[in-house]
Amino acid sequence: MTTASPTLEVPYPADPMLPRLATIRGIKPEAYGISTFSMAFVDPDERARYRFQPGQFNMLYLPGVGEVAISVSSDPGEPETLGHTVRYAGNVTRAIGRLKPGDVLGVRGPYGSHWPAISRPGTNVVIVAGGIGLAPLRPVILSVLRHRDDYGRVLLLYGARTPADLLYTGEFDKWREGNIDLHVTVDLADENWRGQVGVVPQLFYRVRMDHKNTIVMTCGPEIMMRFVIYEALARRIPKDRIYISMERNMKCAVGFCGHCQFGPTFICKQGPVLNFAAIEPFFGREDF
Amino acid sequence: MTPSLPRIAASVAVPKAALQQVFENLRGEGFSLIGPTVRDGAVVLEEIDGMDDLPQGWVDEQNPGQYRLKKTRESQYFGCSVGPQSWKRYLHPPRLGLFSVEKSNGGWVFHTPKGPPPHYAFIGVHACDLAAIAVQDRVLIGSEFRDPQYAARREHVFILAANCGHATSSCFCTSMKTGPKVTGGFDLALTELPDIFLVEIGSEAGSEMMRGIQWEAATAFDLSRAGRVTQRAEKLISRQLQTDDLPELLYENLEHAHWDEVASRCLSCANCTMVCPTCFCTTVEDSTNLQGTASDRISVADSCFNRDFSHVHGGNIRPSIKSRYRQWLTHKLASWHDQFGSSGCVGCGRCITWCPVGIEITEEVNSIRAKAVR
Repeated sequence: MTTASPTLEVPYPADPMLPRLATIRGIKPEAYGISTFSMAFVDPDERARYRFQPGQFNMLYLPGVGEVAISVSSDPGEPETLGHTVRYAGNVTRAIGRLKPGDVLGVRGPYGSHWPAISRPGTNVVIVAGGIGLAPLRPVILSVLRHRDDYGRVLLLYGARTPADLLYTGEFDKWREGNIDLHVTVDLADENWRGQVGVVPQLFYRVRMDHKNTIVMTCGPEIMMRFVIYEALARRIPKDRIYISMERNMKCAVGFCGHCQFGPTFICKQGPVLNFAAIEPFFGREDF
Repeated sequence: MTPSLPRIAASVAVPKAALQQVFENLRGEGFSLIGPTVRDGAVVLEEIDGMDDLPQGWVDEQNPGQYRLKKTRESQYFGCSVGPQSWKRYLHPPRLGLFSVEKSNGGWVFHTPKGPPPHYAFIGVHACDLAAIAVQDRVLIGSEFRDPQYAARREHVFILAANCGHATSSCFCTSMKTGPKVTGGFDLALTELPDIFLVEIGSEAGSEMMRGIQWEAATAFDLSRAGRVTQRAEKLISRQLQTDDLPELLYENLEHAHWDEVASRCLSCANCTMVCPTCFCTTVEDSTNLQGTASDRISVADSCFNRDFSHVHGGNIRPSIKSRYRQWLTHKLASWHDQFGSSGCVGCGRCITWCPVGIEITEEVNSIRAKAVR
């Protein structure tokens, strides 16, 4: 593809289903089958206007292939370049995996709810992520690093299946330097692994946390989040201080298509970030 | 002398043949007339030319899993209840182009559908379906996001409602408080009497469409006869759904044994969602040309009964029929309230009639209530 800059002929957001064009600026392999795509809107006005909150997502579109909901994984303080960490899982994500720097794709968003902003200086934050669940939480980590003094203790409990599946490992030292208490585990170790082995919720037993003035943010497989909630509640953290990010099939991201419903919740609108107290009657229910 | 136009909220009596003049007036204003007509043994909603296309003299008989049209000796134009289609066929079409994309200069150019939206005049809208249109309004244009194509179609629609004088065994609008008499949201509403139409004027546009028609102010006798028409329909409705304990009843009984029982009968065929006038779910399809230089993206009606509806990497969230039926019923009668401030059910009974195994939404709720966890 050449680098001429195409333009959109139609207004936005009068048509909420219409993507805008963005150019891939860089691709960073993160783990096996997972890369972070950095992109910027082609239209300079759009680039200047676009803002997102940690935890929100965009719909990424490839003509003739389809569209997929992907969380923004980059720094909300630098919204001109948007990072999306993509795992090649289906048709659309595999086609995105074949893109090269300079290629264009459609982007619309940002959509959905976001991780809570801390209401009091000194709030303790416990971030718990499994696998690619760290991607929607990375903007929180980067925001914490920017405004570290506003926060109290910041714990990051992270795990993946194997050491090769861990994301953003090159940034771990910087996060630790920024006074983030990072604990990492893997389900299955290899011969070079010197860290913890076990599932993510077990990391709760390796740390102490104050239940007062603490919020928990977690993203990962639902089964992991269920046990994270269990451990957090066991440490007397109130239900309404626990936030989870959920995933459902999504076609429109604006509440029209019906696919992402979870009881009364549209994951695209009231989610993906949800307060546990609000969804407790439905969370963990089989085939719901 | 040209008669003056009737005022808004007036009820006027017109000879039956005058309806043809209303149709001509609508057509003169650029409307396509969409109304009930008989095709393949059912009353469908299609473009009609005039009164001759209406299902005059037909009456429908509906039961769980059964629909029959019968010829009667009466000559009513609007003697039938609702057929398999609803007005969402036109306001929220099952296939609709979203945009097309062309490769150009290394990037792409997006084209959205151009041209004016269709101007539809809906003829013979029953009260339940009028309520259903209001429900879809809340879903598709009632939040911070607006479906632009629905909005454009909706804005231009002309509604000629028809009060019901007949009901089938599937009807339960009285339980859902949507009918059988229309109470608002129309341009014109007619009640069919043996000799005349009694027409209620609902809007300026409705009044305009009475141009050239010899009308008379409705007499007390006309009004009382019209009242008896809808009273007759009301008396014919035997099906009931107790709504005062919904949605709590369903939320508290998500693990009720009856979900398994209904799942043993449900074929997961999606008929109920296709005929439902409020079900709005869609998916998207992309198709490219052979060179891969252009692509169309369309919206296609979808159903929560389709297996892949809830697909995420690794599988489907609702793999069982039980989970899909529970999703449909609890959405319709419970979570719809949380999402859009009303029930998603208007009591039209289509899901009962068109279910191939005759599952009755009202009976399923009753079965849950009978052994409910409270």
